[in-house]
Amino acid sequence: MSFWPKSVKARRRLTIFLIAAPVFIAAVALSLYALKGTVVYFYTPAQWIEAKVPVGKTVRLGGLVKPGSVVKTPDGVTRFTVQDKLKEISVVYKGELPDLFREGQGVVCEGEVTGVTALKAVQVLAKHDEKYIPKNVQKELEKQGEWRPGAGMDKPKPVQRPFQ
Amino acid sequence: MINFLANPERFTRVTRPLRPWLAGVTALLFVWGLYLCFASPEDYQQGDTVRIMYVHVPAAWMGLTVYAAMGIASFFGLIFRHALADVAAKAMAPIGAVFTGLALLTGALWGMPMWGTPWQWDGRMTSELILFLFYIGYIALHASIEDEVRAAKSTAILALVGLVNLPIVHFSVQWWNSLHQGDSIFVKGGPTVAPDMLWPLFVMVAAYHALFAWLFLVRLDSEILARKYRALRARLSFN
Repeated sequence: MSFWPKSVKARRRLTIFLIAAPVFIAAVALSLYALKGTVVYFYTPAQWIEAKVPVGKTVRLGGLVKPGSVVKTPDGVTRFTVQDKLKEISVVYKGELPDLFREGQGVVCEGEVTGVTALKAVQVLAKHDEKYIPKNVQKELEKQGEWRPGAGMDKPKPVQRPFQ
Repeated sequence: MINFLANPERFTRVTRPLRPWLAGVTALLFVWGLYLCFASPEDYQQGDTVRIMYVHVPAAWMGLTVYAAMGIASFFGLIFRHALADVAAKAMAPIGAVFTGLALLTGALWGMPMWGTPWQWDGRMTSELILFLFYIGYIALHASIEDEVRAAKSTAILALVGLVNLPIVHFSVQWWNSLHQGDSIFVKGGPTVAPDMLWPLFVMVAAYHALFAWLFLVRLDSEILARKYRALRARLSFN
């Protein structure tokens, strides 16, 4: 094999590399696998219910704003429901909302758990999906009734480990 | 071909005349690409802000590509003591670091109006920051070891270790819930970017590659000269 080096020293270095690299990769892969259930940026409503998030805990909740659920009161408080395909969580938030916030949009809300399915958010972030579509094309699709909005939440993620 | 170019003297002789051409191609591609960015349509939900994508996405890709190239060069330097390998890896590091820094910066600028935040510790952003730190660590380690052979060895190992982060950056949006959206280009069923917006993106990707090739050759040449100068000076000081 021409790839196998001629010098003895280079052969030794290559051998060490060929042994060390898979061990290192396996170690990193195992740590990532172990982290999979614990490193969670946000819970979807179904994962929230599954994990039995305790009241008082600060968490992030990600999902779609349920159409028709947004209620704004004059004191700057917004109430809305975050849903995924299975469950719903109600959110109360006081403050500025990002431009992309609207019904049907993907959002990530961070705040304190105030009930089994209730969150008092201190921050609301908007997600956008991986689709890039020109405005006029979208309007045309809408006219033809072919428009199916997605909000970047359609990929199911494994259910997270519950709190201990 | 590789063996032919392995000689630093020959390498500079062959690549020096290429450099003005590469610089010209880079400039043309950037003019064309930036024109297309502004001529391309607004996005249905992001409006004009979508134009940041044309600067952000190629920068992020280059950060990964350059690191992969640095890893390969480090492998050949460490195992085979290839004459140009360490010079090449060292020359690439700051360019890759700038691309990654640009991706982080434009990402923050994009995140502010769209997400409502410049930064979140989600999987994609955290792993991209780690990529940036690997570049910075590589540069710092190389600068801190005076003996060139030892510096090459240590930094090559660091570069190889960092390779493991590349798939993490790429797959982070699939493995974990993240604020960052998923892949748009390399997905089943083809890109989710409309053709009118895909074109400008690809021209910008080509422009970034040309820019990298040009800067890389310039840095490689100056690094070879710097080493020659240091070797000469060392020899003179002994006499």
